Amino acid sequence: MDITRRRLLVLLPAATVAWKYVLAGTPEASPNYHLTEHWWGMLIDIPKCIGCGSCVRACSEENDVPEGYFRTWIERYHVADWKIERPEVESPNGGKQGFPPNQDASGKNFFVPKLCNHCTDSPCTQVCPVGATFVTPDGVVLVDKSYCLGCRYCVQACPYGCRFINPTTNTAEKCSLCYHRITKGLTTACCEVCPTGARQLADLKNPKDPIHEFLRTHTVQVLKPHMATGAKVFYNGMDGSVR
Amino acid sequence: MFKDFEHLIRLAAVMVGALILFVAIRAAVVPRSFGQYGHYRGAAIGEIAARPIAFAGHDVCEVCHTDVVEQKKLGKHVVLSCEACHGAQAKHADDPASVKPPKLDTAVVCARCHEANSAKPKSFPQVVTAEHSGGIACDTCHQPHRPKIGSDAAAKETSTKPSTEAKK
Repeated sequence: MDITRRRLLVLLPAATVAWKYVLAGTPEASPNYHLTEHWWGMLIDIPKCIGCGSCVRACSEENDVPEGYFRTWIERYHVADWKIERPEVESPNGGKQGFPPNQDASGKNFFVPKLCNHCTDSPCTQVCPVGATFVTPDGVVLVDKSYCLGCRYCVQACPYGCRFINPTTNTAEKCSLCYHRITKGLTTACCEVCPTGARQLADLKNPKDPIHEFLRTHTVQVLKPHMATGAKVFYNGMDGSVR
Repeated sequence: MFKDFEHLIRLAAVMVGALILFVAIRAAVVPRSFGQYGHYRGAAIGEIAARPIAFAGHDVCEVCHTDVVEQKKLGKHVVLSCEACHGAQAKHADDPASVKPPKLDTAVVCARCHEANSAKPKSFPQVVTAEHSGGIACDTCHQPHRPKIGSDAAAKETSTKPSTEAKK
């Protein structure tokens, strides 16, 4: 077949489309992992958190989080006596290097680790115009980097401030609940390194998971329950001043 | 049959052509897995899950470093996972011979958790390192895997090599 200019013009776009599929390849699947058998969440035990920053450092390393941005971070609350509606909250560099001694050690002081709440009815996925962010069938909110336009709707929509735009890729980024780890039977990087067990990965569909016993016997809250997001990060022993 | 009927035929042909073109372009540009689970690209789940891990997990460490496991069992640090202090070691676990974990500075590593802070739970052991040790390395007195002083008088120093190697 002679390659005429006409034939070349017809073939080029077709070859481009075909090549795109070749490049995409077949993603490596986790053979023993079934999407419908899990429903992931996390338990955070505030009275156990020592604000060491191990989770923040581990998250950065595991997920190549750009410097100055955080998929998880720690806040230190200072509640002076009765001023429960006006807590002083600080998070120097996300708590990555821990916290300096308190300026004011009076009143109530405690740490609150924060991360994506992996909401069942997540506001961020509802506003995405292109379907680049979604709740997986196993309950994890993920971002499809190759589909994200970087329009920032989701960053604004998240009531917990858990999203940011990656300055190099210009796409939305957030906690993936270490999806590449939990699908292999490992726990998340933050839960792996937490020295006091203040963070624990929970599979709500697994009847043997200790989370069920814990939820039954403890006073547990989620952040901003009035937003009805269906948040799946449960906080034990959380003070009313936490926002 | 009214006159100029063939105009309608032509119009219909153009519209059918446009529809076929639309369907063809859509089939080409919309990824095949889009809509598999919902309004998103189903293949993205597998792509995100395929990312390599950085933290090996303590189960992997404990396969080789059995002597450290025995040491830790005797002290309060039994609850710590190895990589909480030693950092991400998946590369070391994949290739223990050529990738060696860095030596830790205990003056820095221990203080991350044990430096006194009024926001830490009262039951958690804390010290003001400047007063407690004056900045000398903690492992001068404490054995990090079994930190209580005196408890390890008879215990041998924990080897940094895997037990399989240490026995040679």
